[in-house]
Amino acid sequence: MTVLLFTILTLSVLGILSAIILYFVAQKFKVEEDPRIDELEKMLPGANCGGCGLTGCRAMAEAMVKQDDISALYCPVAGAECMKKMAALLGKVAPEKEPTVATVRCGGVCSKRPRTNTYNGAKSCAVASTVYIGETGCAYGCLGYGDCVEACKFDAIKVNPETGIAEVDPDKCTACGACVTACPKKIIELRKKWPKNRAVYVSCVSKDKGAVTMKACKAGCIGCGKCAKVCAFDAITVENGLAYIDSNKCKLCRKCVNECPTGAIVLKGMDPLPKEPKTPAAKPATPAAAPAAKPAAEAKPAVENKENINEQK
Amino acid sequence: MKTFPIGGVHPSDNKKWSNTKAIEVLELPDVVNIPLGQHIGAPATAKVAKGDKVLTGQLIAEATGFMSANIHSPISGTVTAVDMQVNGQGLRQMMITIKREGDEWMPEIDRSAEIKRECDLDSAAIIAKIKDAGIVGMGGATFPTHVKLSIPNGCKAEYLIINGVECEPYLTSDHRTMLERGKELLVGVEILKKALGVEKAVIGVENNKPDAIANLNKIIKEEKFVVSVAPLKVQYPQGGEKQLIAAITGREVPPPPALPIHVGAVVCNASTAVAVYEAVQKNKPLIERVVTITGKELKEPRNLLTRMGTPISKLIEMAGGLPEGDVKVVNGGPMMGRPMVNIDSPVTKGCSGVTIYSGKEAQRVNVESCIKCAKCVSACPMGLEPYLIIRLTQKHMWEELEAEYITNCIECGCCQYSCPAGLSLLDYVRLGKQTVMGIIRARAAADAAKK
Repeated sequence: MTVLLFTILTLSVLGILSAIILYFVAQKFKVEEDPRIDELEKMLPGANCGGCGLTGCRAMAEAMVKQDDISALYCPVAGAECMKKMAALLGKVAPEKEPTVATVRCGGVCSKRPRTNTYNGAKSCAVASTVYIGETGCAYGCLGYGDCVEACKFDAIKVNPETGIAEVDPDKCTACGACVTACPKKIIELRKKWPKNRAVYVSCVSKDKGAVTMKACKAGCIGCGKCAKVCAFDAITVENGLAYIDSNKCKLCRKCVNECPTGAIVLKGMDPLPKEPKTPAAKPATPAAAPAAKPAAEAKPAVENKENINEQK
Repeated sequence: MKTFPIGGVHPSDNKKWSNTKAIEVLELPDVVNIPLGQHIGAPATAKVAKGDKVLTGQLIAEATGFMSANIHSPISGTVTAVDMQVNGQGLRQMMITIKREGDEWMPEIDRSAEIKRECDLDSAAIIAKIKDAGIVGMGGATFPTHVKLSIPNGCKAEYLIINGVECEPYLTSDHRTMLERGKELLVGVEILKKALGVEKAVIGVENNKPDAIANLNKIIKEEKFVVSVAPLKVQYPQGGEKQLIAAITGREVPPPPALPIHVGAVVCNASTAVAVYEAVQKNKPLIERVVTITGKELKEPRNLLTRMGTPISKLIEMAGGLPEGDVKVVNGGPMMGRPMVNIDSPVTKGCSGVTIYSGKEAQRVNVESCIKCAKCVSACPMGLEPYLIIRLTQKHMWEELEAEYITNCIECGCCQYSCPAGLSLLDYVRLGKQTVMGIIRARAAADAAKK
């Protein structure tokens, strides 16, 4: 019994003594840290996604406290509201950024972009893109092996098994940009987020000539430039046979959507404009200008395809 | 029997389909496409334009800098385009298209069958001739031969090793070359020896080609060549440059950026030696090569002497056409070859064979989980850890990958061949290697910019 008591006593005394020593040591060697860092870290989403460009939420909090000008620091996941609160806490000016959303710019679904071969290598877009063109004739399109899905920490992007193309859930997407980096084909872009998930964008990144694009994919942009002509806000540029809509200039007027002969311009969250019946006076005006700018070989398939699309509809 | 010290696998060689077929001359193609980038280094610069008339053997694209190679017209005719064309991988590449009209050769090319042994040129003149002829390593790596022969300062070549191993299953083009063009090969070796200023020359041949070994030994004895033939154990990748050096000299090449020359060895392919003979003695540039077209299901596998730029579909046609059902056409052999999506793509300087698989052979096995059995580790001839490398690649841990000596990988595919779980090891290893090489290059460029 005495042995037991003695043991308990000795250990307790030892424990208390060590605690006292440790307390003073801790006081002596205390690292002064701004308590605001902890506070900020709690306010941040804690996903450590790297969307801010730093290694994680803690690094972001530290950077926000340290830097006087925090305009370069922005957490897309937290959003503008949270950024304002954090800036208020620090007494600094909150950086402002329009909310964005990841957009997959490929419309080459199975029916539009026929498979030319079967790939049975490693199921990774990065691997496949180093090996060869991919399962279709398009060198630019979505491969559909899901590197973006793996990169997404918010479960916001999925490869649709029916179309074989990655699709973003705009409600879940935080615009951290992980998928943008993961995509070896550089198809995914962060575009301005409109209310009700409205969007107008060119769902193609093919820089091939119109005829080549046409052969590989019926939904590709052939660079005909009709959309750029009709745009009243100067938001559309056509370069290397590819149209691009600047989401900051676009006002969602939707005129370009009806103009696109291949359906490469995608409209989301809105109804399309009613199709105007083409007046005979207006018609010759556009084709007269078009052949001068485009070789005949490229303009021709565009027209054929337009008929096809109309038939399908 | 000599062999390399670690790793390696022993796939069934499948050479019986074509190793008894003598080299036949493929009829001239009507149209050829010549890619400007068909060697390691900078793509050549086109010297012809649409509408130009060219003769067989005429220079059509010039080397861009030292690390590049000249390209010559393989046929005579008219240039119809210098434009982007689809290559074997389905990607677009700059190519010169020539439409054939007859077969008129450049006048300085000696087309007689007589074998000319005497060569009174000095080393620099030989290397210049090789450079002009656009010769590159014909085993598949397509490293410009004149670069290999230009010994950097501070190094000294002791050994010239001729690679007649052809360890890649199925392929028999080097085998047939050694059998049928042994004397040309040996004269080529003498010229290479003179260019390098070395005494020792060894031809390494895998022991599954006893007829080639006997043939070379016979010619060496009869014609008194100072070359030895080393029979090597049948083990893949015996023909890897570093493996061959280790097997013959017992020396280990340090990891990159060290080159074989740092251990005093220069390795050239057997077909390259023949091309060197033709370039130096006959003024004939590299415009044709022997290509094996083979496969279990092919009606008639063959070894064809093919002009560069010939569509691969023409070779397939000569071999009796593609078999029924799903097929896989591989540019090269099963271990290191690259599968193709466009069979109309041209034969290039590095294309030693085309292998065709059908049915079950064309499919990969189902992928299961890695059980860390370490078979890949024992199979790796470079002493790497492939199972770890692919995990690091998948996790994008490039710094750790560099520390694992990924750049030392020779992409032989032993890891993937040995994997019981059917993992796509080589695919990820290649991706990791490419990425790390890119990072190293970017770093070197940044350092250079700082200075």
